[in-house]
Amino acid sequence: MQILDFEREIFALENQIQDLVSLSHMYDSVGDISDEITKLKKKLRHMKHDVFTNLKGWQKTQVARHPDRPYTLDYIERIFTDFQELHGDRHGGYGPSVVGGLAKFDDQSVMIIGHQKGRDTQEKIKRNFGMSQPAGYRKALRLMQLAEKFDVPIITLIDTPGAYPGIDAEEKGQSEAIATNMYSMINMKVPILVTVIGEGGSGGALAIGVGDRILMLEHSVYSVISPEGCASILWNDKKKIEQAADALCMTATDLLRLKVIDEIIREPLGGAHRNYKQAAIGLRKALRLNLKALIQFSPEELVQKRYEKFRSMGVFTNGVG
Amino acid sequence: MSWFDTFIEKTGIGKKVPKAEIIWTECKGCKEQIYIAEIEKNLKVCPNCEYHFRIDAKERISYLINPGTFEEHDQDLTSADPLKFKDQKKYKERLKSTEKKGYSHDALITGSGVLGDHAVELSIFEFNFMGGSMGSVVGEKITRSIERAIEKRNPLLIVSCSGGARMQEGIFSLMQMAKTASALRRLSEHKLPYISILTDPTTGGVSASFAMLGDVILAEPGALIGFAGPRVIEQTIQQKLPEGFQRAEFLLEHGLIDNVVHRKDMKQTVNKLLSLLKNTPIAEAVA
Repeated sequence: MQILDFEREIFALENQIQDLVSLSHMYDSVGDISDEITKLKKKLRHMKHDVFTNLKGWQKTQVARHPDRPYTLDYIERIFTDFQELHGDRHGGYGPSVVGGLAKFDDQSVMIIGHQKGRDTQEKIKRNFGMSQPAGYRKALRLMQLAEKFDVPIITLIDTPGAYPGIDAEEKGQSEAIATNMYSMINMKVPILVTVIGEGGSGGALAIGVGDRILMLEHSVYSVISPEGCASILWNDKKKIEQAADALCMTATDLLRLKVIDEIIREPLGGAHRNYKQAAIGLRKALRLNLKALIQFSPEELVQKRYEKFRSMGVFTNGVG
Repeated sequence: MSWFDTFIEKTGIGKKVPKAEIIWTECKGCKEQIYIAEIEKNLKVCPNCEYHFRIDAKERISYLINPGTFEEHDQDLTSADPLKFKDQKKYKERLKSTEKKGYSHDALITGSGVLGDHAVELSIFEFNFMGGSMGSVVGEKITRSIERAIEKRNPLLIVSCSGGARMQEGIFSLMQMAKTASALRRLSEHKLPYISILTDPTTGGVSASFAMLGDVILAEPGALIGFAGPRVIEQTIQQKLPEGFQRAEFLLEHGLIDNVVHRKDMKQTVNKLLSLLKNTPIAEAVA
């Protein structure tokens, strides 16, 4: 497992505890050290808690990008049943950086759509590191329209560094694909529940990000630009990543305070990658509660409330005085 | 006075030429020295190679809107700096220094006016204001312009000229994409036309929202239009980009826009389109 800079002490203590445990199993002569182990375990919990409740923007970004962090398909497997993946944009595009399909959530049919990163090198390339071509967004739109047609609620999971910046992406209308998705999602007559599970990278995130509720996992991030991009443009210095991350206010805590998102979903201590099962339980609970609330509304109410939500985004003054 | 002094005085050699007398400029298109008055007379298009110089919002209004009909709206909206953003300089200071240069409308001017035969609602980007970047003020002004179009049942025109989202407003700048796209959806439901005009440059969050959602999308010749900037693409794919990539003509060839229109023909083209789109019920038209 990749160890992040700020996790070193935690891992050192974990190793120490593990050594003591195996030592006590191996040799009787060690005597009873269970008290000592309990003490250290308590210390570890406190340490993890202290470190992970005070993560700054750049540290959160590193957790959000952790190579072992659960991805969309990991959550689908643990939260839904009867998942039937659906492929293709019907216009010549496959769109592997976005996955989607129908599934059962409790007894309810849902359409689940999310960005998908790859775990090993081969899959990373196949998924283009979660950076979608227009085909991925068009596939997502097609699936959303299918859901709307059959009154099926939509759940989207955001996890992308951003929309892919490439020659072919431009030729096929990356801008148009993203714009059209927002334009369509705002008017869908079914509930749309959006959760940022990892990286919420700009337009590529928004392309499946217009919904009735926007939730974020505790250590996910959501931003108009990456800290690296921001540092190199505004500071002219690639090393100013930490300052850029702080300035952008990209953590779930920041965004809840700014009233851009509705809810933060707690992650297991040490981050979602430490315990997939527990992370999935947390997400499932939040999805269930929010979906339950949303299906109370009529289609007209949903559309109206969703419109008002996005209409009110932005902070400005009337200048005079 | 020696013959030399007389010579100097008569010829004026060595005298400082006042700045205002600079009357030539190098065209960015053909690199020729062009007489500035010629360019001005030609709607700021190079008479030699047709290169379209970037123009400010006021000039654009004068090229598109009938004289004396433009009425500006929401000119008092200013950014509230919600993130208290500071890079090498405070965002607030950046805003102030831009305003001091005479651009006090944020990066967008909105208003109502008459274009040819049609009353229209108009949004025009001001590139001189922080690269025409879109923050909360730009998003709000566009949205209000759309709402005004619905209220007055007027067609909508947006002339884009922007590098994209304004980083200094973080997530709020991103959300303006969703906000403006949402408002356009409402406009569409009221069956009111929206003509999107793309000028050099139209990229990033502006291109990936309202700019690409026009019922008809027109672009000026040579305008750079795209989602990602060419430098970002080059860095990502580690290759040189092909000649003409992301230019208006390239987008036309790839089916992404309706037409490339010369600046001198833009008003007339939009006027014609609006007349053609005006919904005359078929029964009435036949009778």
